[in-house]
Amino acid sequence: MFRRLLSTMATSLTPMEDAIRTKVTQALNPRTLEIHNDSHRHAHHQAMQGVTSKETHFRLMIVSDEFAGKGLRARHQIIYNLLKDEMAQEGGIHALQMTTRTPAEQEKHQEKQQQTDA
Amino acid sequence: MSLFTRSLLQMARHGVAQPTRRTIPTLFARYLSESTRAAIDKAVASSPVVLFMKGTPEFPQCGFSRASIQVLGLQGVDPKKFTAFNVLEDDELRQGIKEYSSWPTIPQLYVNKEFVGGCDILMSMHSSGELADLFEKADVLAPADETAKEPAQPTDG
Repeated sequence: MFRRLLSTMATSLTPMEDAIRTKVTQALNPRTLEIHNDSHRHAHHQAMQGVTSKETHFRLMIVSDEFAGKGLRARHQIIYNLLKDEMAQEGGIHALQMTTRTPAEQEKHQEKQQQTDA
Repeated sequence: MSLFTRSLLQMARHGVAQPTRRTIPTLFARYLSESTRAAIDKAVASSPVVLFMKGTPEFPQCGFSRASIQVLGLQGVDPKKFTAFNVLEDDELRQGIKEYSSWPTIPQLYVNKEFVGGCDILMSMHSSGELADLFEKADVLAPADETAKEPAQPTDG
């Protein structure tokens, strides 16, 4: 039991994912936040040679009211700014794919998808 | 018809006179040197459509760069109005462009010197139709086919 406690206290195995979750949640109070780690799909790329981190490529799906009235470029810039340090550090986050929607846009998107599915 | 790349510095160093060494304000120099900024200014203005990418249009070295090139192709961007810069050939450019546009990733698309965005934004604008509008307005699309070349209107350059 003590050992289990110790292991949960140990440093996270997913520091980048944790940082994304914490910072995005704090700044954007998202209705939805999905974090997908796609690093394994890019591990063989030349740019990733010598990089041991398993957290280099992420795909984010964020639904937040904070995006209202902002263009795509501004939305992505918000995320990039939040994760500036993680992206700048050696072996840090190399690429972020982002889907950024307001709740209204998400609703519209889901309606559209249902139509095409039907 | 083939798209082409040019080395940024090769191009810039030709045009930009560098007579005497000026003192650069240290705070500014720490981020982006004046010569790099001038070189990137020039690169961004080199064509109506400019893509900073990894690899070349023929041989992209990154999936996001490849996808961006494909989108430009699907949109029918005129190769004569397009220049791609391979950031892998030039480390100064690779670092500089990120600070220049305050955008930490590559590829990056510029249309008429204005930063449009990275791969996700291109894809999204492609499927929403916004990209087609943008290119149409910027007048960077290739003539649709032979009919467009018919001598109906005089050309003025």
